[in-house]
Amino acid sequence: MTAGSTTLHEEGLPPDVIDRHRAIVSMMEELEAVDWYDQRAAVATDPDLAAVLGHNRDEEKEHFVMTLEWLRRNDPKLDEHLRTYLFTDPQDIIEVEKAAEHGGDEGSSGAESTATNSLRVGNLRNETEGTL
Amino acid sequence: MNHLFRDLAPVTDSAWAQIEDEATRSLRHFLAGRKLIDMTGPHGWDHSAVDLHRIAALESPIQGTEAAVRRVLPLIEVRIPFALKLSELAAADRGADDLDLDAVVEAARLAAVAEDGAIFHGFEPAGIEGLGGASPHDPVDISDDYDEYPSHVAKAVAVLRAAGVDGPYAIALGPRCYTGVVESTEHGGYPVFEHIKMILGGPIIWAPAVNGAVVLSQRGGDAEVVIGQDFAIGYRGTTGDEVNLYLEESFTFKINSPEAAVALTYPA
Repeated sequence: MTAGSTTLHEEGLPPDVIDRHRAIVSMMEELEAVDWYDQRAAVATDPDLAAVLGHNRDEEKEHFVMTLEWLRRNDPKLDEHLRTYLFTDPQDIIEVEKAAEHGGDEGSSGAESTATNSLRVGNLRNETEGTL
Repeated sequence: MNHLFRDLAPVTDSAWAQIEDEATRSLRHFLAGRKLIDMTGPHGWDHSAVDLHRIAALESPIQGTEAAVRRVLPLIEVRIPFALKLSELAAADRGADDLDLDAVVEAARLAAVAEDGAIFHGFEPAGIEGLGGASPHDPVDISDDYDEYPSHVAKAVAVLRAAGVDGPYAIALGPRCYTGVVESTEHGGYPVFEHIKMILGGPIIWAPAVNGAVVLSQRGGDAEVVIGQDFAIGYRGTTGDEVNLYLEESFTFKINSPEAAVALTYPA
């Protein structure tokens, strides 16, 4: 592993963990770049430069989301959380959490109740029950 | 409240938690297809069909015009009613963690058989072709002679390889052959299932809904279980000391590469 991904904390990690690490480090780098570009675009005095920096910032967002999608496909728990919280506006995010973890409050919306009521059996490709 | 009407059920949070835990555990135990096949969704209860991106020509009623209908694979709703005693559920609020939930387990078993039955053997009224029926390959004949199973599996794998289907491969074993395969050893004392695993390179799955067995590739992308609403429990009503609930899901099964599976069948 090259110096760019030397933040592994344990020896003997399986390949899937190392690949997820690669994705996570890449996402950190993309978000860091978004932050840098965002600040520079905000203060650049030349409007053309500001436009280029803003364009580059948004490209990094795309890279982040592409990697996030890969990670979602390879991390069932992350997939579960993303399905619970993303695109739930205009619901209050804390209320979404309450609905997901504690059964919701009275008067919660239909969408919250639907999310809560699923048994979330999901994909069982990694399930070992009944597997030899 | 949503279409499950759970808010109307006289069931407390602690009882719901035990019912749902038992249902989830049982479904994970009985379901086989989801352990072998890609899944997409859940897309929600309002998701009605999968776009097949094909058309079928229609006879247009207007002369000089052409018409075609877009083809879709509709999702099916599966519902398994079951009843629980309210007096038993009340024990959950007194701290009981051993509720009699046999009806939940049986509902989960039936739900798994319904989903896996469609996956492996098809459900013609819903337009679902099962893996076995859709396969273009001749089925491999099997018997109750478990020593022969490595040979049967090797034959199925050879068929897949010849068709250009990469591995690793897996097998879904129906109840009739699962126990025999697990218990048997070959003449040298080597366990039959270990030999089969070596041939497949992938898992052996207990599949209660399968009649015979199915060998299929695990390379991915050959088929998908499309989930609308994943399994959930709804409320139907109350009769005396019984609360009437149901286990429900909506799904369909789409095969992209029918050549990626081979059925192993008993003689008729």
